[in-house]
Amino acid sequence: MKALSQRRRHPLAAFALLLMALLVTGGLYAAASTANEAQAQTTTFTADDVEEGSKLFSANCASCHGMGATGSQAAPSLVGVGAASVDFQVGSGRMPMQMDGPQAQAKPVQFTEEQTRQMAAYVASLGAGPAIPSEEILDASEGDPSAGGELFRVNCAMCHNAAAAGGALTQGKFAPSLEGSSEKHIYEAMVTGPQNMPVFNDANIAPEDKQDIIAFLKTIEEQGSPGGADLGSLGPVSEGLFIWVAGLGVIIAFTVWLTSRSS
Amino acid sequence: MSSSTTTQTYVPKTRVGKVTDYVDSRVGGSGIVKEFGRKIFPDHWTFMFGEVALYTFVILLISGTFLTFFYDPSMAETHYEGSFLPLRGVEMSVAYASSLDISFDVRGGLFMRQIHHWAALLFVASVAVHMLRVFFTGAFRRPREFNWVVGCTLLILSLAAGFTGYSLPDDLLSGNGLRIIDGVMKAIPVVGTYLSFFLFGGEFPGTMIIGRLYVLHILLIPAVILLLIGIHLFMVVLHKHSQFPGPGRTNTNVVGYPVGPVYAAKAGGFFFIVFGVLAAIAAAFTINPIWNYGPYDPSPVSAGTQPDWYIGWVDGALRLMPGTLGDNFDFEFMIPFPWGVNALSLNVLIPALVPAMIVFTLMFAWPWIEAWVTKDKREHHLLDRPRNAPTRTAIGVAGVTFYCVLWAAASSDLIATHFLVSLNDVTYWLRFLVIFGPVLAFMVARRIALALQRKDREIALHGRETGRIVRLPHGEFIEVHEPVDDYKRYKLVAFESPEVMVPAPDADGKVGRLDKVHGRISRFFFEDRVAPVTPKELAASHGDHHGEIAGAKDRESIASH
Repeated sequence: MKALSQRRRHPLAAFALLLMALLVTGGLYAAASTANEAQAQTTTFTADDVEEGSKLFSANCASCHGMGATGSQAAPSLVGVGAASVDFQVGSGRMPMQMDGPQAQAKPVQFTEEQTRQMAAYVASLGAGPAIPSEEILDASEGDPSAGGELFRVNCAMCHNAAAAGGALTQGKFAPSLEGSSEKHIYEAMVTGPQNMPVFNDANIAPEDKQDIIAFLKTIEEQGSPGGADLGSLGPVSEGLFIWVAGLGVIIAFTVWLTSRSS
Repeated sequence: MSSSTTTQTYVPKTRVGKVTDYVDSRVGGSGIVKEFGRKIFPDHWTFMFGEVALYTFVILLISGTFLTFFYDPSMAETHYEGSFLPLRGVEMSVAYASSLDISFDVRGGLFMRQIHHWAALLFVASVAVHMLRVFFTGAFRRPREFNWVVGCTLLILSLAAGFTGYSLPDDLLSGNGLRIIDGVMKAIPVVGTYLSFFLFGGEFPGTMIIGRLYVLHILLIPAVILLLIGIHLFMVVLHKHSQFPGPGRTNTNVVGYPVGPVYAAKAGGFFFIVFGVLAAIAAAFTINPIWNYGPYDPSPVSAGTQPDWYIGWVDGALRLMPGTLGDNFDFEFMIPFPWGVNALSLNVLIPALVPAMIVFTLMFAWPWIEAWVTKDKREHHLLDRPRNAPTRTAIGVAGVTFYCVLWAAASSDLIATHFLVSLNDVTYWLRFLVIFGPVLAFMVARRIALALQRKDREIALHGRETGRIVRLPHGEFIEVHEPVDDYKRYKLVAFESPEVMVPAPDADGKVGRLDKVHGRISRFFFEDRVAPVTPKELAASHGDHHGEIAGAKDRESIASH
């Protein structure tokens, strides 16, 4: 301690301090940014996969995304979007896009799982990005649904609705209903931020928290609706419509019946 | 009576008779039954919506009492330990936890919650339909103006009852609704913040509001509703029920069934029908799944947050109001007061208060507005068919259109997602429709009403088109018209069609300004009119078309025309 205090007025002390500060901030930044980065590839792709994927890409995607996936005026570059992005977009049928529009619509899946994996391998080979999540982290039974519910309400419900029934965004864009989405696609959507969705990286929502969210979504999906038919989980609008059309309709039928007997 | 001079004391013989006589001689029930049991109620299906409202209110009282046994209006914090897994361990208010317990841990609780909520929706809906019936048939005219006002007050109270109840579970959805109320209140200049602090007992959301709303919901509002229902029904008895015109139905009689026994049996049965329908709905369809929404917390706001349908139009108005006009005009004014600057946020105040003020003011004042226009001070116990008052009907349709556009605007996000259109476009269209929709609806409805009147006139004079084409000997084809029977014709011709009142000059030969205005409004109301068929016209048309009853032997006479 004495040595340090003696040298604090050394001409090089300021340099040493600066160097130290730079190292610390740089190191912290590096640590923080790797936390945001994808985990190591859990599925390993072979050179064959990349090769096949490259061919599939050239035949099916390159017309918009460009040769080498560097992007064009019609579609963004896919360098660095990661395997998870391909797996989500192609695996949920959003890509190849059916038509231009505010956002890509889900439709029947166009490629086999094998082909999707090969294209993912190709895109992953272009630059580091979020990987396809492992089976363990997708296991909904390991998650805590009530913690996931709180995270969902704070982070997701404003677009996807508290019951995950979906909601509208501006200019024809929308947040889809999450009913029937697979665990893998939910996870991939969070890490890649497809369409208008923001990215929820691992620093923002840790993988275990993502697992909780998946557990919550799967729990409310499996438990069904305790109160009877859920009318689309759309809240008071469908309830109001129902009482006016069905409720009042039946009542009116009865009033007509009651008063027709006498006259 | 005339045969005996002394009143025989009634001596009951059976046991039931003895008990009945015992009670009757002390309560005087037979007098009530004699008086009230002979009340006549005319039969028409549109007359039954008031009954639906009454019955749903009874169901609300019964199911609501059950709910109070288990509900705890405390905003104290707790951790849920009930049987609904996705919320176990979550921090929430006691109110929300007890609502969840009613849903999942009280036997029959979920059913009771659902029947209470469904009944509330049906209650307001049936009140609304009942009022529309009264409006469109002109049943608010003298002597029923005050009862119309009592009814309007009941409508507002039922909205208040619904809204206070909607907030009680303290879930995310209702909390978002309260936040909007808080925002609207704070937009009131000068006193807004104080009002909000007064209601919430401090800054929103505070720890008071649920308990306060609970007291309003279960004590004050239902008590006032009950009182007004009493007044409402008393006036119905006093005025006697109105009826549609028909043979033998005049302004001084009521044709229908007496309360005892026919009508009482029907009405009693109808109560159970309404109860049964609501029970079936409550058993089979979820309403307000509070477990989906989670506990209230001011930070999250769920997509698709809407109020119940009857508050929807105010929410819709808030959604339609542009925040700014262009880049510069933002509807916000900073008003300097001696104590400092207060903000006037018209982009909140206009949508939250103006549509409601317009609708409710016109609604309350309508009986007097119409009486001023028609200068009609007579008593009316015979109803109008809506087509026979074209301008009133058109104004009503315009009001309904205005309401429905705002109502649709409350679900603009769902319209956008379900019909795959842009939310922005939906908003622009609805903004256009909320201004021009009522005008268009007015014109279309009035034209339709007048056209229907013309059709009625045509049928009364020339009979119904039978679709039977007859070829006359000289080759001409005619369609045989069948005259309507007297009962039908009565319906077609028995109405009044007021004419335009031209303002009369006073003694100095001048026309007052108010008279001029009245003349203009009178012309607006009654310029386009279809006169009812006069007996003379009818007689003339009878002579004219006598042969068209078209038996084979009359062919010759048809041919002679």
